[in-house]
Amino acid sequence: MKNKSLISIHDITKVDYDRVLDLAEKFEKNPKQDILNNWVVATLFFEPSTRTRLSFESAASQLGARVIGFSDASTSSVKKGETLKDTILTVSNYSDIIVMRHPREGSARYASEVSPVPIINAGDGANQHPTQCLLDLYSIRKTQKKLDDLHIAFVGDLKYGRTVHSLVQALTNYKTTFHLISPVELKLPSSVKQFIKDKNLEYYQYTEMDQVIPKVDILYMTRIQQERFADPLEYERVKGAYILRENMLSDAKKNLRVMHPLPRVNEITEDVDDNPKAYYFQQAQNGVYVRQALLTIILGEEKKVKS
Amino acid sequence: MAKQEKRTELKVSAIENGTVIDHIPPQSVFQVINILGLNKVSNQIMVGTNLDSHKHGKKGIIKVSKKYFESEEINKIALVAPTATLIVIKDYTVVYKAKVEIPERIRKIVKCINPNCITNAENIPTNFTVVEKEDELRLHCNYCEKYTKKENIRFI
Repeated sequence: MKNKSLISIHDITKVDYDRVLDLAEKFEKNPKQDILNNWVVATLFFEPSTRTRLSFESAASQLGARVIGFSDASTSSVKKGETLKDTILTVSNYSDIIVMRHPREGSARYASEVSPVPIINAGDGANQHPTQCLLDLYSIRKTQKKLDDLHIAFVGDLKYGRTVHSLVQALTNYKTTFHLISPVELKLPSSVKQFIKDKNLEYYQYTEMDQVIPKVDILYMTRIQQERFADPLEYERVKGAYILRENMLSDAKKNLRVMHPLPRVNEITEDVDDNPKAYYFQQAQNGVYVRQALLTIILGEEKKVKS
Repeated sequence: MAKQEKRTELKVSAIENGTVIDHIPPQSVFQVINILGLNKVSNQIMVGTNLDSHKHGKKGIIKVSKKYFESEEINKIALVAPTATLIVIKDYTVVYKAKVEIPERIRKIVKCINPNCITNAENIPTNFTVVEKEDELRLHCNYCEKYTKKENIRFI
């Protein structure tokens, strides 16, 4: 992975997952280390994503790297009509690695082809967001002490959710049983189900979550957006079925953890936050350690890491 | 010299130099003409369609004088007429004859179906991996990772 761009979950092997997660574990124990102080990290956010940007900038800063970049394309020369290629070539003169978020699918792959420095994709439209996937894997491994033989439920918008598609694909590397809970209109696309079938893993589909909660180790919640429905009445009819309330966790397994990529709107009620099974804020925190691990591996400074 | 053709067979004459595209599915004949831009050239061209074919029932054929196709053009033919045969003729003699082949990668010539793909926003040559599953041909975009199905293929 050294000197290589990280664009898509398809670029990562199972060995890479273990390497990143193991290193992230070291950073969780010891997050402030002066190992990247010779490096400049550029964060180019062609569309705003405060959460992801701050997570990367925090990760880089805690390792001593200097951070440059922009958080909104309207304040950069992109607004003047500069091409993506020109922006990347220019910024690569000023930095050793580029973290980018862009509204167009495929933009990160293209940037990696023209850039002399490695690119980390922090989201390209509805396509890929590999660091989210890695932090999800890290969170699952950390809370369950393993990645194999888990029952994992995905709830909500499984059709359009980029996060869900990537994580399902990553989890097919492990002996996962999938429980897919969604409105009929928002079922997991067959192209993603094919990855599960290709590995001969089991999956079950439901339209309600109540009977599923006691069976699973991870409950991965996602937001259902109204604009996904052609008929607003249909949205009103189904939305209540995908809201997690605290009392629904009473029969859950002891090791169950509730995850969510955030931001949450109303799909997890606030009373769940105080339940020890709620894990979404720690999940976001884990993102910093995983991003520290990625920056360190790609910049080739792994040997300097203290455990 | 080409031998005299019988009246029951093809009623188009042989060419001295050029390319014959044979065994085109009849429904694809005019598409092949379009994608190769044959409606805009001054070469002599003979087109036949719905002709009897031993192999395919009905077929189309296009004979283009004084024209030899580049590999990118042949790739286009393969995508819309995968059964086609390409015959190169020099001095009335067949110097090359082979069924067209769909390559593993398709570069530059096809537009990505995804309107939000970066290749549709900036001047970037497209790049697809050809995926054939259960006889269905799809192009996987190297950039946005979306599939363009055969029926949605549009040439640039």
